[in-house]
Amino acid sequence: MGPGLLAHGLGRSYGDVALNDGGTLLHTRGLDRFMAFDADSGLLRAEAGVSLAEVLALVVPRGWFLPVTPGTRYVTLGGAVANDVHGKNHHRAASFGHHLRSLELLRSNGERLLCSATEHPGLLRATVGGLGLTGLITWVELQLQRVAQPVMRHINRRFHTLEEFWQLDAELTPRHTHTVAWLDIGHGGRGIFSAADFVDTPGLANRPPPPLQPRATWPISPPVSLVGGVSTRLFNAAYFRRPLQADGTVCAYKLLYPLDAVGAWNRVYGPRGFMQYQCVLPRAVQREALADLLAAVRRSGLNSPLTVLKTFGDHPPAGLLAFPRAGATLAMDFAHQGDATLRHFRSFDAVVMAAGGRLYPAKDAHMSPAMFAAGYPGLDAFTAWVDPAFSSSFWRRVRP
Amino acid sequence: MSQAVEQGEGVLIFGATSAIAEAMARRLAARGARLALVARDAHKLAAIVADLRVRQGPQAVVYSAVADLDAVADHGSLVAAARQALGRVDIALVAHGSLPDQSACEADVALALAQLHTNGVSVVSLCGHLANLLQAQATGSLVVITSVAGDRGRPSNYVYGSAKGLVSRCLQGLRARLWRHGVAVVDLRPGFVITPMTAGLARQGPLWVSADRIAAGALAAIDAKREVAYLPGFWRLIMAVICAIPERLFKRLSL
Repeated sequence: MGPGLLAHGLGRSYGDVALNDGGTLLHTRGLDRFMAFDADSGLLRAEAGVSLAEVLALVVPRGWFLPVTPGTRYVTLGGAVANDVHGKNHHRAASFGHHLRSLELLRSNGERLLCSATEHPGLLRATVGGLGLTGLITWVELQLQRVAQPVMRHINRRFHTLEEFWQLDAELTPRHTHTVAWLDIGHGGRGIFSAADFVDTPGLANRPPPPLQPRATWPISPPVSLVGGVSTRLFNAAYFRRPLQADGTVCAYKLLYPLDAVGAWNRVYGPRGFMQYQCVLPRAVQREALADLLAAVRRSGLNSPLTVLKTFGDHPPAGLLAFPRAGATLAMDFAHQGDATLRHFRSFDAVVMAAGGRLYPAKDAHMSPAMFAAGYPGLDAFTAWVDPAFSSSFWRRVRP
Repeated sequence: MSQAVEQGEGVLIFGATSAIAEAMARRLAARGARLALVARDAHKLAAIVADLRVRQGPQAVVYSAVADLDAVADHGSLVAAARQALGRVDIALVAHGSLPDQSACEADVALALAQLHTNGVSVVSLCGHLANLLQAQATGSLVVITSVAGDRGRPSNYVYGSAKGLVSRCLQGLRARLWRHGVAVVDLRPGFVITPMTAGLARQGPLWVSADRIAAGALAAIDAKREVAYLPGFWRLIMAVICAIPERLFKRLSL
């Protein structure tokens, strides 16, 4: 048999979890119908190719919001389940899979299986975070969160050392639903800590619904990356010193989806693109491991214009291959420079593995089979649920 | 008039599970239309009805029926039942069709005739019933999805093309008959559209567009009561060139 089948939604995964070199991609954007929405209970059922942007356009005017959302709304519901995505509110709301009530899985033998806490619960736990390998998700049922309007109150605090970050995290994360920090990795541990909450007093001015497409698109791919060592250092220095917006209210879309403002932004990295390194470091060792990892990054000489640091909460995993766990997650974007970048990634991997951490498959394009097995203890249990006709470039790479 | 605006346009769609028709239904429902939908596949129709109702509320779809439109004897009662549910019909859209395998049609003449029936005769039949209804109302638009393929017979798909050409000629006649009764006849001629109907073709290149883009252009044409709308508009130019080639030369081109 050939490499088999794999669902492919909006293609926003950074690595190869949604690619199937030599095999067949099942494009799911045709599955774009809503099936049921109860505006009283917030229960939404929709086909798997519906995008989060389309969900928001439907539910926000009726007083609901996604309970968990990644940093872009241009992903499909099926992709959000298959990657068990998380957001800035993980410490409060856990991951996407925790809000899933049920889904339908179409297996390659033609069976359509309704999976929920009571029906095929094992298959549900394999499918949440299961990277599309257990079959084709045809629809999902999701419990939404009540939000009066898409407006958030936010605060921003500068920190100059990692020690200050940990103090801010201890102080602010328990008190706010959404937290995240931007880090200037070239400069020790300085950065900006942001915290935000939805405003629950109704009556603020109505805002127009968010666009279904970005308003602007980066037009062309320059021959070389515009993100280089000097430009990144200058950008980070300027970004760190930027006048922080006063604490106050801001449009939730602006806060939750900063990258969605410009379509095809990845083109700034040129034809070779970029690679993201996103790991989670277990809570027991998070402080030392984070310091070690940042030291390794500084030794590598690589720099990232977009380094994001956040602490995850202590929720039981929603799926056998779920990425989030209690601890700190660090995500860094690097211009792709071929083998040199990969060599440096191996040195980061050593730190992450020594700490007992793991990488996020949705962002990964380099992880070794050994690192995957070490990071995901549910892997053997998961493998038993994989549909024999489904596979992906990622799966063949980490599970040869 | 103001009452009609409050009620929303009454729109009757045959072939409602066609990808272009579905995209048009979403846009029409979003601007307040009330829809009556007829389609052959009960499961697909139910999914589309549910979707439209979730998006716009239960009033968006006032009627739906499952019917095989090849059965032309049923057309009169289908049109009457949908009209009953809608009240006035402001837009009647005929969107059903199939894309036959040309070489299979050459090998099996009976298949060619069956395709001609689905894409040609059954559309003419529905248009006949709808024309009488709209003429009696003295208002409304008859809108039919034909194809650029109907503009000239080509060896690669002349069975499909001749059916679509038949419909376009019929619409010309209906247009001249109905305009004095206040009824518009709109001939929508899409080019290459990415839909389930064209799933078997190699769909690469700038000529291929989404069903939603076609739907946006279709609604603009309907609102402007255009007689013939090429969708997207660049097909008007392409087809003008194709139709200008002398037949002696054209027969040698493998188009």
